[in-house]
Amino acid sequence: MFSMDLLLNAVVTGVLVGCFYAAVSVGLSVSFGLLDVPHVAHPAFLVLASYGVFFLNDSYDIDPLLAGLMITPLLFVFGLVAYRVYYETFEKRGSDAGVRGIAFLFGIAFIIEVLIILQFGVDQRSVSASYIGKAWRIADMRIPVRLLVAFAVASGLTILLSLYLSKTFMGRAIRAVAQDQEALRLMGANPVKIKQWAFGIATAVLGIAGALLIIVSPVEPTLDRAYIGRTFCVVVMAGLGSITGTLIAAIILGVAESIVLSTLGASWAPAISFAMLLGVLAIRPQGLFGRRS
Amino acid sequence: MAADAQAPLLRISGLTKRFGGFTALDNVSVDIRPGERLGLIGPNGSGKTTLINCISGAFRTEAKTIVFRDEDITRLTPHLRTRRGIARSFQIPRPFRSMTVAENLMVALDFAAANEAHATAAQRRDTMMSILTRMGLASKADVSAIRLSQVELRKMELARAMATHPKLLISDEAMAGLSSSEVDEVLDLLMSLADQNITIIMIEHIMQAVMRFSDRVMCLDAGKVIAIGAPNEVMANQRVQEAYLGT
Amino acid sequence: MKRNSAAFWIAMALFLAAMFLMTQVVSNEYPFFAGYVILQFIVLAVSWSILGGYAGYVNFGTNAFFGVGIYTAVFLTKATGASLAVQIAVAASVGALLGLGVGLLTLRMQGIFFSIATIALSIVIETSVTNWRYVGGAAGIQLQRPPALDMFHSYLQMLFFVQAMLAVLAIATSRYIQRSWIGHGLQALRDDELAAECTGVPTLRLKLLACVVSGALMCAAGAPGAMYLQYADPSSAFNLNYSVTVLAMALIGGTAHWIGPVVGAIVLGVTQQLLAVTISSEVNVLVLGVMLVLFVVAAPEGILGLVRRVSGNRGEGRG
Repeated sequence: MFSMDLLLNAVVTGVLVGCFYAAVSVGLSVSFGLLDVPHVAHPAFLVLASYGVFFLNDSYDIDPLLAGLMITPLLFVFGLVAYRVYYETFEKRGSDAGVRGIAFLFGIAFIIEVLIILQFGVDQRSVSASYIGKAWRIADMRIPVRLLVAFAVASGLTILLSLYLSKTFMGRAIRAVAQDQEALRLMGANPVKIKQWAFGIATAVLGIAGALLIIVSPVEPTLDRAYIGRTFCVVVMAGLGSITGTLIAAIILGVAESIVLSTLGASWAPAISFAMLLGVLAIRPQGLFGRRS
Repeated sequence: MAADAQAPLLRISGLTKRFGGFTALDNVSVDIRPGERLGLIGPNGSGKTTLINCISGAFRTEAKTIVFRDEDITRLTPHLRTRRGIARSFQIPRPFRSMTVAENLMVALDFAAANEAHATAAQRRDTMMSILTRMGLASKADVSAIRLSQVELRKMELARAMATHPKLLISDEAMAGLSSSEVDEVLDLLMSLADQNITIIMIEHIMQAVMRFSDRVMCLDAGKVIAIGAPNEVMANQRVQEAYLGT
Repeated sequence: MKRNSAAFWIAMALFLAAMFLMTQVVSNEYPFFAGYVILQFIVLAVSWSILGGYAGYVNFGTNAFFGVGIYTAVFLTKATGASLAVQIAVAASVGALLGLGVGLLTLRMQGIFFSIATIALSIVIETSVTNWRYVGGAAGIQLQRPPALDMFHSYLQMLFFVQAMLAVLAIATSRYIQRSWIGHGLQALRDDELAAECTGVPTLRLKLLACVVSGALMCAAGAPGAMYLQYADPSSAFNLNYSVTVLAMALIGGTAHWIGPVVGAIVLGVTQQLLAVTISSEVNVLVLGVMLVLFVVAAPEGILGLVRRVSGNRGEGRG
């Protein structure tokens, strides 16, 4: 039997980790949730970003979060280009785009994996910073400082993105294009450019998210596979297109994983995100806050 | 035409369909008589296609709201309803793109028209050719569906629905966007089908076609039935005119 | 049609005869070692295509079925010492049931949701097997090969021939389905599922059938794998690579016809075997990624599509 202390510790850790999962998934909430891109390469982009952060931290001693900020513009441009390529190749030609799109993105993900291996090798990599390695006593619990940092940054990121999508002109255009492309076209706006911009943002977010990834735990080239499940679970559970939903769904996932980790052990933890995903898909496919009926 | 004293072929009772907070159909009730030619009109968004989707089974409805030939079909999946004799065409044609015209019809014949007259593949093939001939598509039998013109697609859509050997055929705006001679072609086709005692519900915006074709006309607006009766009565109905003019 | 069938069965018989002859004549173990892998992929790709190609439901859970096949064999060997034939038969039955379960749970979902659900299921299954101590858990398990039948020089050669027979079974099944009413119904529902339903096609039933047949064959392909490696561990048996490789093979060959996945499996399989020997196994993943991207972008109908385009330039609308 486990104690209440252990359970409380698990819940708190779960909430913190959950917020981290949210940061890692918000990009997908935009690219898959709003733009309907079956972006199975999203975690691969994430891992690539974290290796970028590693490189800057390892070679130039730059703080990981700062490094994440530095690569953000690069990632934004990468996202713009990537979407253009995806659009020209798949969306334009319609029919069958789903299968081929997903196969294409898996191919990209695998290519990225191998390129990382060729450049950095298969070993785990981690970063160093002043807040990594320490833990604080809060109430009766020992909480790693890096998790608190991740929590703070992740929440900030999620809130910022949510505000962007609801308050700014471009953000609202993105929401509009997700709901009705034709109407937007009739109003004179170019839906493709808007979607391109949105994908750019979804990729740019991975700069900070990648930094958080490598702050929270070491990374290795095939780590993307573990996150395909987690990110899609969060996004589907949240309901496609809902950013605030992403935060809530991610926290639920984080807490569930954490509890399973401390009660049943690490060997069962990988199944949690997927079991929850299956449950959501079977029972309530539109998620908690979904935009489609 | 069949006598009105017979039991209704299709009885819709108190059909309400909501999507989230939006009510697409509100307490719709109507009896469709066997052999009838019913025109279904109403402004865009009034619920006509939703009604068709409910009848054909694409949308789920509550129990007992749809009774076909004395059988409550509300729990049947679309393919079972098709086998019971309800066929529909789609507003935007949905051909099987990887198949030829002949193969498109063969799907209907292989899966929905099973009876003694169609026991062998050769018999089904014969039926398929005779349907295509009647529809004026015989020369296009081996042409890939993606190469058809708009009006040919509409005709194939109807031909495929006919190939399921229905008792009730629902045509959803088969004439939209066609030239006046093409409209006449499709109208003649529907008339000849009606002559074979097939009950037809026609959704159309082209009022002349509706007037020429229908025994009765039913008008929907915002999910409700606002008028039903003889064509000129319904057209003269003030509510119907308001619905279309949007006052 | 009849002439086609005769030609097909003669070709299959010749193929099996050639495979058997190989086991009697060739003494070097390497061709069987590599050949087994290629035959295994032929079975996997052909079976995958029954659901993924004909119906258009892209199943990413190939690794789950394959892994379950391996572990069924492991369990039977450890618990009862059953013969290879029994292992395969039981694996096929388990695969059929699993296919039915997966189908009932996921086939109501459309497109990408179906695909994601299959990934989810395969991870859940993998995690369950990882926690199953009896078959070795996360650490894996070693297996001892029993003696081979007298007509084979080694157990490996016997496994090779068994896999060849499974390949013929898979191909024949796929061909039968494609040419029957089942295949036509699947093609209709792949083109437009709603229109197919409204044309009288029992879409759910056909999808379930495809799932069951596909699952049974994929599990059967996995079963001999336990003895082939003489070792099994969850992370290799359930590796996501299997799912993506099989998908790639079907796409590269072409999914519309039963022969497509065979071509794709041979092309990609042989390439991978050559590269694994000459360079490294990381390169395999790279090749997989690159070929997937290339074909999906430039030749979406696969090699078959290219052949059709080149030779079919004689007018009439053959799509």
